[in-house]
Amino acid sequence: MNDTICAISTAIGIGAISIVRVSGSKSINIVNKIFDRDLNNKKSHTINYGHIIENNEIVDEVMITIMKAPKTFTREDIVEINCHGSIVNTNKILELLLNNGARLAEPGEFTKRAFLNGRIDLIEAESVMDMINSKTENARKLAINGIDGKISNLIKKIINRLIKVNANIEVNIDYPEYEDIEIITKKEIEELSKYINKELSKLLNESENGKIIKEGINTLILGKPNVGKSSILNKLLNEEKAIVTDIAGTTRDIIEGQIRVNGILLNIIDTAGIRKTNDKVEKIGVEKSLKLIESADLIILVFNNNELLTDEDLELLNKTKDKKRIIVVNKMDLKNKIDFKKFGCEKIVKISALHEIDELKNEISDIFKLNELNNKDFTYLSNSRQISLIKKAINVSKNLEQALKKEVPIDILEIDIKEICEILNEIIGESYDEKLIDTLFSNFCLGK
Amino acid sequence: MKYEIIVVGGGHAGCEAVLASANKGHKTLLVTGSKDTIAMMPCNPSIGGSAKGIVVREIDALGGWMGKVADKTLIQMKMLNSGKGPAVRSLRAQADKITYPREMLKLLENNKNIDIIEEIVEDIIVEKNKIKAVKLSTGKEIMCDALILTTGTYMKANILVGESRTVSGPNGTRPSLYLSDNLKKLGFKLLRLKTGTPPRIDRSTIDFSKTKREDGDNKLYTFSFDNDAYYTIEKQEPCYLTYTTQETHNIIKENLSKSSMYGGFHKNLGIGPRYCPSIEDKVVRFADKERHQLFLEPESLYYTDIYLQGFSTSMPYDVQEKMVHSLPGLENAKILKYAYAIEYDAIDSKELKPSLETKIIDGLFTAGQINGTSGYEEAAGQGLIAGINAALKLEGKDPLILKRDESYIGVLIDDLVTKGVKDPYRLLTSRAEYRLLLRHDNADLRLRKYGYEVGLINEDQYQKLVNKQTNIKNIIEELKSIKIKDKKNINAYDYLKRTEITMDDLKEKLSKKYGELELEQAEIMVKYEGYIKKTKKEAEKMRKLENKKIPKDIDYDKISNLASEARIKLKEIRPESFGQASRISGVNPSDISILSIYMKRYFND
Repeated sequence: MNDTICAISTAIGIGAISIVRVSGSKSINIVNKIFDRDLNNKKSHTINYGHIIENNEIVDEVMITIMKAPKTFTREDIVEINCHGSIVNTNKILELLLNNGARLAEPGEFTKRAFLNGRIDLIEAESVMDMINSKTENARKLAINGIDGKISNLIKKIINRLIKVNANIEVNIDYPEYEDIEIITKKEIEELSKYINKELSKLLNESENGKIIKEGINTLILGKPNVGKSSILNKLLNEEKAIVTDIAGTTRDIIEGQIRVNGILLNIIDTAGIRKTNDKVEKIGVEKSLKLIESADLIILVFNNNELLTDEDLELLNKTKDKKRIIVVNKMDLKNKIDFKKFGCEKIVKISALHEIDELKNEISDIFKLNELNNKDFTYLSNSRQISLIKKAINVSKNLEQALKKEVPIDILEIDIKEICEILNEIIGESYDEKLIDTLFSNFCLGK
Repeated sequence: MKYEIIVVGGGHAGCEAVLASANKGHKTLLVTGSKDTIAMMPCNPSIGGSAKGIVVREIDALGGWMGKVADKTLIQMKMLNSGKGPAVRSLRAQADKITYPREMLKLLENNKNIDIIEEIVEDIIVEKNKIKAVKLSTGKEIMCDALILTTGTYMKANILVGESRTVSGPNGTRPSLYLSDNLKKLGFKLLRLKTGTPPRIDRSTIDFSKTKREDGDNKLYTFSFDNDAYYTIEKQEPCYLTYTTQETHNIIKENLSKSSMYGGFHKNLGIGPRYCPSIEDKVVRFADKERHQLFLEPESLYYTDIYLQGFSTSMPYDVQEKMVHSLPGLENAKILKYAYAIEYDAIDSKELKPSLETKIIDGLFTAGQINGTSGYEEAAGQGLIAGINAALKLEGKDPLILKRDESYIGVLIDDLVTKGVKDPYRLLTSRAEYRLLLRHDNADLRLRKYGYEVGLINEDQYQKLVNKQTNIKNIIEELKSIKIKDKKNINAYDYLKRTEITMDDLKEKLSKKYGELELEQAEIMVKYEGYIKKTKKEAEKMRKLENKKIPKDIDYDKISNLASEARIKLKEIRPESFGQASRISGVNPSDISILSIYMKRYFND
């Protein structure tokens, strides 16, 4: 924790300007060693013009921002070097910093310091991590919202309502002889439980959409050989910028690449050689293709306009019938042989991948209501820890509903309400008990 | 002159402390201002109540005396919250203010290990941070190995009525004038607290027909696990209920400037309890409330005072007259004792260890209102623990520290030493996070083993407990083996979990006749099994943090990145475990994780 750390804070090789950030007690001292002016006496929160030098030779012309502790992101001294954006240049400056006593930051280490130094709470820290990792504009919006505390506020609102009910239950227990205090009834708890369920389910639902925005849609392009899967993929790749073509990590091993379609991220699931002209779905084996279908958020099912539907096609249709899917009939420029009636009333996207795939792209936008998401206020939980906690809370509220039916006494039901509170508090990192007692005393009039 | 243990103050904390110490075989001296004030009840004439009734049972389970003396002398008994779940039921008795203290005094006087003297202690003698002796107002010194201060509201006590502020203890008794200053000199931080008591009314001048009668329960109960009820259902004394009127509120509003608390006559007033506001507080803070409930409670069978619960005030006498006469049924009432507020010095309870020994002075223990609590039961619970732990210390044994998931007394003491108090502390069920485990019905099952271990519970009492435990276990096992015909052959154990089924429906099927309390216990354990398990799981989490000890010599200044408030609090309280640290207000989860990271390094190096 006491080291001074540094890292390139902007995406490498994209912008005209890059920022190299240094944080820690020695950051001013270290940057001073490679700068041609003295930064020691500069005021906090100022920007300073000058040159990065090595052995008296100018490396780059830069602007340096000085932010002194504690009013900084990490609550430590921070120096940011705004330099020219080429990869070689930015790396050179980073190297100079490392040679002069800074250590390369681990991923997320700035945020971790901000958290450990009490600058941000857990939910904010997670949001910042998400923002750093966010790859699309939608995801960035989402991350910023997390920092604004929108989620915290929503959860706090729910918690406050729960605490108010619990405080009332407690007063009923602690002051049973006071007849003129409102007694909480089962009906009220029933309403409360409905409210929790509704709010949390909504949050969960939106959050899962949020997850799609942030982490991308796992997309599987399926079809028997020679229906034109690879031309569709190549067309998508050509028209949209492929962001990553190889992602390490266990859960994403099956991801072949990522494509952005109208601002939304598609993770193309590797169907083992989908890019080869000689597609062989049959080679993957039924078991694996089933597994792939299972893991996909979206299936693009491709058929050939120029062929009759085979048993194999029908099997694919059957296997994917419960998934979110787009039926694409390709090769519309060729003679029609396929029987469209076999698809029932499902929507069919007719394209000729060699020429034009806009209709497919629009369908992807529609199916995930992208336009809606773009315009919406984002109030999503943005990572899986938060989402799993919300799921846990919803489960307890279902428990509560069951218990209500079984005529369990109210002071016992309170255990469930309290548990929900605690789970929600875990998301935003606050303590429950003191708040409860404060509510109790400020809302009720009791005494000897 | 020398005693092993000296107890200063003969209130509810002092009585339990002195009895625990003496019953553990130590020569003990009680110093009290007057024998007449031993176990006195200067405020409400009741023992027990929500959460407090459970504390009385816990005291009994551990081998204390409050429950037994209350059983002998009570004049009305109620089970509170009987319509709610088992976790929140609690006994409340109307106590007799004459016979309760008399019975308690008898116990003390008949104990050969106890001496009592009527004196005021004004100083304590300390050598090398170890307690040596007490110094009386006469200048005389008495030596001791351990000292327990249970001074109640007596340190620098002031009585407040309207404009007047008089140096006096409750009921005109003699306060200790210098003890708190001397404690301050030794390094203790002091708090100035305040509490109040309502007027007492002459029973014969009240028109009870204008009030609502409140009778005791139609079932016999006892606080103690060792005796039967002494009272009869029919002979219980009733209480009465009346309300404030709009006129009362007007009188209060018009005269607010004459109240000690609102008048601005006095500087540096003590801090009063939040849960127990004066009637003027209630009228001001809850201005939209049309009326406030007031209880008329008999103080004793031997005199005529009626305690007007809910009407504590620091108004001058003439205003009190008007206020009382505005109440239905009290139009012509005669006030026998006027209401007053009392302020007193207390020590900062954060300066105590969980054993109730002070951190600053070896062998010095404190219990009761001096620690910032309020209530007879809270005092008695602490007195018992202080008495036990002072004795254990002399015996060279580890102190008895009750956990939050095994007793209300544990919750109380942990709150005191970890969070400290700002206003007088009262136990509430809401302070106990594992209260489903802390029921009034299982206090013996939870705590009697500790009472036995420290020697305050005898072999007979303990054997009774062991039998009870075995029987409960047998009942539950047997239920599992009984099949209910016509109900798809489910067993009686699962059948009992149904809402509409009670133990009464099933007990005939058991192979033998069990005691009512055993059957009740088994029923609760089966019916609420899911919730009990859930609570136990939560408690387990707490225990894990509790077991993660923090080294006594830890230097918080060396841990960089702790938030400054957290650092100050940790240095002040010096928690013994991560569990305790996490309960300190101002210490956030991020501070705990920093502490945890530091500790990992600390142990690795």
